[in-house]
Amino acid sequence: MTATAAAPPALSNAEVARYSRHLIMPEVGMDGQLKLKAASVLCIGAGGLGSPAALYLAAAGVGRLGIVDFDVVDYSNLHRQVIHGTPDVGRPKLDSARDRLSAINPEVRVETHEVALSSGNALDLLGGYDVVVDGTDNFPTRYLVNDACVLLGKPNAYGSIFRFEGQASVFAAPGGPCYRCLYPEPPPPGLVPSCAEGGVLGILPGVVGTIQATEAVKLIMGVGEPLVGRFLIYDALRMRFRDLKLRRDPDCPVCGDRPTVTELIDYEQFCGVTPTAGGSDGGAGEGTAPAGDVATVEQLKAQLDRSDDVFILDVREPQEHRICAIPGSTLIPLGDLPARLHELEGRGEMIVHCKSGARSARAVKLLREAGFAGAKNLRGGILRWIDAIDPSLPKY
Amino acid sequence: MPTRILIPTPLRVYTGKQDVVEAEGGTVGELLANMTETYADLRKHLYDDDGKLRSFVAIYLNDDDIRFLEKEATPVKAGDTVSIIPSVAGGGAP
Repeated sequence: MTATAAAPPALSNAEVARYSRHLIMPEVGMDGQLKLKAASVLCIGAGGLGSPAALYLAAAGVGRLGIVDFDVVDYSNLHRQVIHGTPDVGRPKLDSARDRLSAINPEVRVETHEVALSSGNALDLLGGYDVVVDGTDNFPTRYLVNDACVLLGKPNAYGSIFRFEGQASVFAAPGGPCYRCLYPEPPPPGLVPSCAEGGVLGILPGVVGTIQATEAVKLIMGVGEPLVGRFLIYDALRMRFRDLKLRRDPDCPVCGDRPTVTELIDYEQFCGVTPTAGGSDGGAGEGTAPAGDVATVEQLKAQLDRSDDVFILDVREPQEHRICAIPGSTLIPLGDLPARLHELEGRGEMIVHCKSGARSARAVKLLREAGFAGAKNLRGGILRWIDAIDPSLPKY
Repeated sequence: MPTRILIPTPLRVYTGKQDVVEAEGGTVGELLANMTETYADLRKHLYDDDGKLRSFVAIYLNDDDIRFLEKEATPVKAGDTVSIIPSVAGGGAP
């Protein structure tokens, strides 16, 4: 894609052997492989989607592969983030990814960027690559990547996942729609659950991230029909793919005929996320609750030790309750709470908890509005309970 | 004849875990209104306080976004399928 005056790079004998199954296909051939070698791709995130995308892009022979991430490998990553292994737990994801990619294909130049993508650095960072693979996990970064790709004219191989469902498309390709043409505005924080809250089938990002890599390779080689103007929806439970039409919106604020967004904006503000509420349990949380609505795990432990008659309400899902629970707690998932309020009639003080405090804050608000004045949110949820009171319980 | 409405995973909690529901109506708007009569908790996820369809939920009639057809006045015929396509941010990172 980067046309230079110099002679195109040739393949070494070792590279010919490595890419031979590409080279004998007419759709790739020597020209396609040389295009891959001359090309650069930036993977944003080395997580569920970025793992398979980067692995296959490196194996396919993309010349320069950038990765943006600033996280460390955690046990809870390993069921889906296949670029990292068990010995990598605790290491920066970038180090682990670099080792794995270099082992697969030492011909690839791996560039690691240990930064949080922001309006201040996105144009410089993305500007240095031909194609962007968006594998981020939150709305502010999704809109930031989209807008930066439109402003720079870089195609964005997009993928997104939730539980058993995946979405993929190519945004910001010349003449094609962008993410904002489909979703002009993000949902308010807390309305759409994250993977950390909703869970995800480990194999799902393998399928979706591999689709993103496929699209990146097709864009580089200029073959086939890219997912431009199409929105692919994959339902792993039903094993069904659907292909919906996407159109460029002439009124789109970024890629429309009269764009109103001509530079990067404050995406945290755009998405209604306050900088302090960065929790992975659904965003806006306990910080907004008045002090009287909150209980600490130490207070709860003291109450239980005194054998106080304390009612503990767990508003997580049944499958979470099965992993770990505070002894004596009663389970009513947040979604069922409005229909099951009658089960709580006559209760005075109620300690309400979830995993880390966001869902229980919503439950306390709902309970107080329904007249349960004794409802209190357990700050930090069961995770803090495990940290401070009972480390024998498993964390998830 | 009722029309099938496909419910995406994040909203199934409001339809008693069903991934397909049926509703009557001659237009997409009527269908959605009738559906949210039955599943009242879906309402705030599809409409804002002014009763407008939310901009982070796309409504498709078969393969087409209704915003590029006749929006909520888009007529529905026998055999059509309506899909609710919500924005999902997850990348499986955290």
